[in-house]
Amino acid sequence: MVKELFVQGNEACAYGAIKAGCKFFGGYPITPSTEVAEKLAELLPKHGGSFIQMEDEIAAIGAIIGASWSGLKTMTSTSGPGFSLMQENIGYAHITETPTVIVNVQRGGPSTGQPTMASQGDMMQIRWGSHGDYEPISLAPSSVQECFDFTVEAFNLSEQYRVPVILATDEIIGHMREKITIPDSVDVIPRTMPKESPDEFSTNNPYLPFKAEENGAPPMAAFGQGYKIPVTGLTHDERGYPDSADFEAHTKLITRLNNKILNNREKIVSVHERFCDDADTIIISYGAPVRSVHRAVVQAREEGLKVGSIKVDTPWPFPEAQILKAAEVAKNLIVVEMNLGQMVYEVERVAGMVGENRPNVHLIPKIGGELHKPEVILSKIKEIS
Amino acid sequence: MRTEIRIAGFGGQGVILAGIIVGKAASLFDGLNAVQTQSYGPEARGGASKTEVVVSDDEINYPKLTSPDILVAMSHEALMAYMGDLKDGGILIIDSDVIDEEDIKDFVKEHNINVYHARVNKTAEHDIGLKIVANIVMVGAITKLTKVISYDAAKDAVLDSVPPGTEKKNMQAFEAGYAMDGT
Repeated sequence: MVKELFVQGNEACAYGAIKAGCKFFGGYPITPSTEVAEKLAELLPKHGGSFIQMEDEIAAIGAIIGASWSGLKTMTSTSGPGFSLMQENIGYAHITETPTVIVNVQRGGPSTGQPTMASQGDMMQIRWGSHGDYEPISLAPSSVQECFDFTVEAFNLSEQYRVPVILATDEIIGHMREKITIPDSVDVIPRTMPKESPDEFSTNNPYLPFKAEENGAPPMAAFGQGYKIPVTGLTHDERGYPDSADFEAHTKLITRLNNKILNNREKIVSVHERFCDDADTIIISYGAPVRSVHRAVVQAREEGLKVGSIKVDTPWPFPEAQILKAAEVAKNLIVVEMNLGQMVYEVERVAGMVGENRPNVHLIPKIGGELHKPEVILSKIKEIS
Repeated sequence: MRTEIRIAGFGGQGVILAGIIVGKAASLFDGLNAVQTQSYGPEARGGASKTEVVVSDDEINYPKLTSPDILVAMSHEALMAYMGDLKDGGILIIDSDVIDEEDIKDFVKEHNINVYHARVNKTAEHDIGLKIVANIVMVGAITKLTKVISYDAAKDAVLDSVPPGTEKKNMQAFEAGYAMDGT
């Protein structure tokens, strides 16, 4: 039965996780993300799952990586300080190709900063926070319904590409209440298992747990099913055996890990355009600021200004082709984000590809925890029009 | 049409729940859109506490208030803290037992504010016999005096929001609030 609820964004993430088939949550409470854990502590036992509060965030991500290898869909939730602690193991999840979902309800930083206030200050930490070369997938909801929808999508993407997926939400979206519609069933992508049973393999025909299929990701057997699965953070071959001093082995593995995202970028990215067809000025935003941008764009249009909006659902991988298309036609691009400028670097990079006729890229930053006021965006539009 | 509502009081009065009920009534039972937000700072415990609800028959983009159409004050401190940006000609609902109207006389006149009285604390304590349902009395008064949400939707939302076993008392509280005429 379709269910309608009036709930917080954080709670909607928990409902989304259940619907996507999440069976294990390991976490450590932190404002402003705690309601995700709280709700899942209530829901998971009722849906055949387990909830465990770990001693800290390092243990939390360790738990969800381990539980994922036991064959379950897993998740944690945190905020800036906890997300920083998780960075080492996020890299481990990338190199071991462990599907899992991390909800990061962003608050003001650095450090403990502003626990109860919103921010988008972790966007580059999501991109580059762990060491080495890797391609993260991240989704940024701008409504409570999207908290539900994008959590489901985060699980699906994590299973398809065997990566940790970061749901980049923030205190405003996490704590506000709106109506959500929970459908009877949602499209759920199950984990791809090896086609052969464990006994079909032998010394001469070994199981290759890290041999990729067409989309760049290998099928994933679980511990305890009889397959021999060495899992290591060291550079490894298709058998999973460490091979960390060989430049070819490292190049092959890391290139594949990056390409499984980059080669599928068009299948992963999602943007929503409004009024872009004839727009001189296009505003690019993601997460909570989208709400202010949409109001400003409606007001600007009422005043006859040719303004459009691109709402970026997937900050990572960055929707390069979609932003390039806008950069080729617009005179101005405005990036609106709750930080001092992070995703604007990506927009500037892409705008630079246009060459001589590149648009001007403007930034409307905001820190301190509150949403941009629509009139601030409107006055910037007028200033540059 | 977009209507912006702020409900304020002190921590523990249940103003947040009142805001959730208004938002729930509008979005789940009246077929409108609603967004409810609240203050999350340490000031929410003991000091002034507030919740804000935007109700609209259209898509709600900006989820925060720009200038409230309706202010509901359940304490004098909250009234003085949050009255300033009430819209000219806006609605102010106050519990006259806990508010010194002398302090707001000039503001009300200058901004042409429609003041309604809802003695929710006394009603809860004396008529219902349960002080903690003052917020539900206020939901009844808001429903009656502002018409932002319908009677049926408000009732359904109260029943959907209160703990099992407390429905009867809460319905009494809601009806007592709905019976108020604002004088």
